[in-house]
Amino acid sequence: MYNRPRIIPVLLIDDRDLVKTVRFGERTYLGDPVNAVKIFNRKYVDELAVLDIAATKERREPDCEILRDIASEAFMPLSYGGGLSSIGQIRDILATGYEKAVLNSALVEDPDLVREAAETFGSQSIVASIDAKKGVDGYECFIHDGAASTGVDPLELAVKAESLGVGEIILNSIDNDGMMEGYDLELVRMVSDAVSIPVVALGGAGGVGDLKKALRDGHAHAAAAGSMFVYYGRLKAVLIQFPAEAELLAEGIY
Amino acid sequence: MIAIVDYGLGNLGSIQNMLRVIGAKVIVTSDADDICRAEKLILPGVGAFDAGAERLGAAGLADVVRRQALDCRKPILGICLGMQLLGRGSEEGGLPGLGLIPFECRRFRLGDAGLKVPHMGWDVVTCERPDDPLVKGLSADQRYYFVHSYHAVCDSEENVLMTCDYGYGFAAAVVSGSVYGVQFHPEKSHNFGMALLKNFVERC
Repeated sequence: MYNRPRIIPVLLIDDRDLVKTVRFGERTYLGDPVNAVKIFNRKYVDELAVLDIAATKERREPDCEILRDIASEAFMPLSYGGGLSSIGQIRDILATGYEKAVLNSALVEDPDLVREAAETFGSQSIVASIDAKKGVDGYECFIHDGAASTGVDPLELAVKAESLGVGEIILNSIDNDGMMEGYDLELVRMVSDAVSIPVVALGGAGGVGDLKKALRDGHAHAAAAGSMFVYYGRLKAVLIQFPAEAELLAEGIY
Repeated sequence: MIAIVDYGLGNLGSIQNMLRVIGAKVIVTSDADDICRAEKLILPGVGAFDAGAERLGAAGLADVVRRQALDCRKPILGICLGMQLLGRGSEEGGLPGLGLIPFECRRFRLGDAGLKVPHMGWDVVTCERPDDPLVKGLSADQRYYFVHSYHAVCDSEENVLMTCDYGYGFAAAVVSGSVYGVQFHPEKSHNFGMALLKNFVERC
């Protein structure tokens, strides 16, 4: 079995626009997601995640047309999250060319859907995404793209997600999102150590060194990032990029 | 012209686009005339064995594809479920396959190896017949993306083109004459998949 750690660019979309957020708020329009996927093809990216951050909040169904366009251009495995609230929608996403469906709000609002999805399509195809924020009394999970508090601790939600049958967890830090100053390693380590399924760290990576820290110090199984793959330089010019294999090897990630 | 046989399972867009990037002329079709006119065929597919066999049969395409292989000796590449359909049948279902390569599909029997079914993710393969045009010149570090619960078990090792290890060795690619099958998804395996499809387009 091939077991090199996965480095996963996360593309945030708002329907047909590629966007990037800071702390789940301030949003920058980056361009066309299909074009971004074509560039990632040329960088030989091993996996991509596409998350529609507005679908659930706007009570919008996944836009199958744009998702089909994205999948048709992608020469790598894909996961999709955003607005998934039924078994039928998940079936459509998997048939559209996405290997994994990502569930977030449903973890809290409709855990039966998560369980049924894992039973129907297999754990390997169902991913839980957990958005956590640090407060005075510790961490708390938020749903609806960070808009709704839940009062649930991320550790508790991760353990619950595993018991519902999901195959992996994408763990995002709302505080670190878009800051490019490193992952919340305490959060990543806490959750990674508490479950036996793979945890994908997300939120805060600003460079290759951060990816390594998530894997080595955070005990994450894989490292995902948004900003560092779409911005270049101090002024954050929009540039789709991915570190060369040699750089990841030199850093000891591969 | 390469015809991607469309029998209604899954998104064929990435196969089509990867072939276009390679520079091949490609058509996605369920039309028998198109299939007969094409120089080479790709039989894609994801999902359950019987669903695939039934759709292929119902559309009349099973006979068309079989004729193209047996009578016209046309190069055919089956991908994932499309590969499994090239054999006699599968433990997963009760319907027969196309019978173009002597193998049957069996579910992974992994015992206590701690491995999960399906086998899903990137994996490395070994070329058992490195001079075959489909695999000739592929880089030593080639790896491909797999998603499957069943794998081919060939009657004879002469039909095993590539092997992969998941708990035990299994056939990751099969061959008989100009009929090929790959269990993995070249269209999801970026430069490695593209190199293999390029061989199919240019050398097979």
